[in-house]
Amino acid sequence: MSQVIELPELGATGLLRYSWRQLTSMRTALILLLMLGVAAIPGSVIPQRDQNLMKVSDYFTNSPTLALWMDRFSLFDVYGSPWFSAIYILLFISLIGCVLPRSVEHFHAARALPPKTPKNLDRMEFYTTWESQGGEIEKAQTLLRSSRFRILQESNSISAEKGFTRETGNLFFHLSLVLILIGVGLGSLFGMRGYAIVNVGERFINVPTTYDSLTFGKLLSEKDLPPFVITVDNFVAKYNTFTNAPEDYTLDVSVVESPGAQPVKRTVKVNSPLRFGNTNVYLQANGYSPIVTVRDSDGNVALQGPVPFLPQDGNLKSIGAIKVPDADPQIGFVATFLPTQGRDSVRGGISVFPEALDPKMLFSIWRGDLGLNTGIPQSVYRIDTSKMERIGLESLKPGESFSYDGGSITFEAYVPWVNLQVVGDPGKNYALLGGIVAILGLLASLFTRRRRIWIRISESGKVEVAGLAKNSAPGLETEIARLVSSLKGEK
Amino acid sequence: MSERWAYISNYSIYSAMAVFTLSFFAHAYETAWAVRAPQSADSTDGNLITKTLDYTRTEKASRIATAMMILGFILLFAGVISRGVSAQRVPWGNMYEFSITGALAFTGAYLAALRKYDLRWLGLLVSIAVLLTLGTAIAVLYRPSAPLVPALKSTWLVIHVSTAIISGGVFLLANVIAGAYLYLDSMERKGPRTVWAQRLPSLEVLDQLSYRLVAFVFPLWTFSVIAGAIWAESAWGRYWGWDPKETWAFITWVAYAAYLHARVTIGWRGRRAAWLCLFAGSTFLFNYIYVNMYGAGKHTYSGL
Repeated sequence: MSQVIELPELGATGLLRYSWRQLTSMRTALILLLMLGVAAIPGSVIPQRDQNLMKVSDYFTNSPTLALWMDRFSLFDVYGSPWFSAIYILLFISLIGCVLPRSVEHFHAARALPPKTPKNLDRMEFYTTWESQGGEIEKAQTLLRSSRFRILQESNSISAEKGFTRETGNLFFHLSLVLILIGVGLGSLFGMRGYAIVNVGERFINVPTTYDSLTFGKLLSEKDLPPFVITVDNFVAKYNTFTNAPEDYTLDVSVVESPGAQPVKRTVKVNSPLRFGNTNVYLQANGYSPIVTVRDSDGNVALQGPVPFLPQDGNLKSIGAIKVPDADPQIGFVATFLPTQGRDSVRGGISVFPEALDPKMLFSIWRGDLGLNTGIPQSVYRIDTSKMERIGLESLKPGESFSYDGGSITFEAYVPWVNLQVVGDPGKNYALLGGIVAILGLLASLFTRRRRIWIRISESGKVEVAGLAKNSAPGLETEIARLVSSLKGEK
Repeated sequence: MSERWAYISNYSIYSAMAVFTLSFFAHAYETAWAVRAPQSADSTDGNLITKTLDYTRTEKASRIATAMMILGFILLFAGVISRGVSAQRVPWGNMYEFSITGALAFTGAYLAALRKYDLRWLGLLVSIAVLLTLGTAIAVLYRPSAPLVPALKSTWLVIHVSTAIISGGVFLLANVIAGAYLYLDSMERKGPRTVWAQRLPSLEVLDQLSYRLVAFVFPLWTFSVIAGAIWAESAWGRYWGWDPKETWAFITWVAYAAYLHARVTIGWRGRRAAWLCLFAGSTFLFNYIYVNMYGAGKHTYSGL
């Protein structure tokens, strides 16, 4: 038999209320939680722009159409994508909608006395009864008070309750997640992140122009950069002589925190950045800058100084470009720096150790148009040689020079460089606080039990004891047994 | 000096494997021989029982199995410690070291749970799992003992990695128990349990046990993730960056959070809860195996 179910008219408010109830229901929250987990997966498989830009551009080169479609679905920016945001924003709305009413309820419940002793205790769990010897109620009251039960005293019975910490912890745990979200949000709105390569001996001034790359949060501007100056005094890298793996990096700097302040000597390590309030300076990477002098045919200096090279492997074989735009015609050197030179029959010049024990610079010399005036941004480590011709090929050790048709180059020495990462994040302390509260709340809610115990002396002179554990938490049986035995005066 | 300790470590782990193998055989003997074929004396009382369980025959094997498990634990412990001494650091620098420490945590979790529950039936599975882990570690993942790269030189290595390994050990134990639940449940649906399975705890006990293990270790896992975030803040300049390892740690966290909510708030029990538990545990395993071996990202050091 089929039945026609009459649906009541919902109306606009009704529909809103209905949707709100659905959203804040536990089932929806659970589905959203699982969806969040599933939605996080693609970002761990597909390269992400803010982590590995190179791999993302590989996608665009290898299969442009696919990459374009993937980009339309934000698959290269999963964690900032509209669909990922939608899931966690809905989840947090659902969470708040669930937790706030519970908080109010809990606040009232925690201030109220336990409910009255029910009439029929024998229907409760762990019901025990025996002939009264007198004084059980008073005794029970002392015992339960000393184990911090909240007690409602009635004429011939007491009703005791304990374990509110469970719900308190649970609520604090969920609210702390909101705090973490606020911390993350503050960090992305008011944060900044920048990178700068600084040669040993040089200064880093914290203004936008000294950065190689710099990004600001939406609500932060250039004026908000703290005005510190860092001088890189020394950098030492220690490597394991068997595995060639790095063992220690030590960066010595002098720091002037604000204009006019005295410079302070500080040491930076990989796990201990410089900290200026919410802004930290990290030692991120290191490499070598050959110091070169390029002269024209008359012996005038066209270029002098350290040129940072980009490491290519664990032994710090580094590539770089020495560009001399002021020469006429322009000159460029496509160069490789080997900290400890070696030869490989297939790959040619290689580095066999990351420390500069036997350094050498290999280079080819190019003459023509460096293409610096085209307006297209160029890599500082590479030269576009399409409008140039090669006029020489050479390798030099420190202190050696080479003359070519139109000038000369001297490989004077080398100096290490460090890549400083400057990060401002005003939200991280909120996130940390949220994390700590989350753990404490979790411990409180998972390891305390809410339960009630009643004791009554009936008119016929019998003592009745019973209990009730919420969520059928274990342990109440032994607790009551212990109480009963001390009430009976047993040891 | 350090080389000698590295040898001691390797020999301890080989010995531990030998002892775990003995434990495995003792458990297998116990499981198989406790089942007694019908004897003429049994059929006289008119019952239709064809096979019975008789533990008096295998009590000795059972004791040997557990003793071997404890001995293996001690040898493995020695192996992990001497590995640390040889490298003069905590032995959690690469996947080989994670695996031997993980096997140690897994065995430890089993032995600790054994004090409270009769889990000797689980010993067969535990010894196989430990043997497989150690075997893979030695055959595939072995790396010579070496110092740590600078980024790993931090107190947080001890805190973050140890809590992650302990959480992993307990999650896997919960998974084994949830798996046993599903197996026995489908067996019970077809009829009474077969004889060897009769000694295994009831479904309710298994269901509760896997929940308790997860509830117990979930705060520790949360702590491990937060400790990792604090460390990342001081080493990499951000506390969270959706690195593949971080992403999967998050997924595991979310999956177990869903499991706990499903049980506590909605009241899931039994099959559905066990499947969700298995799913959550498998995200942890995936993170450990796939992300370490094939994933890119910042959690890859020294090859593996």
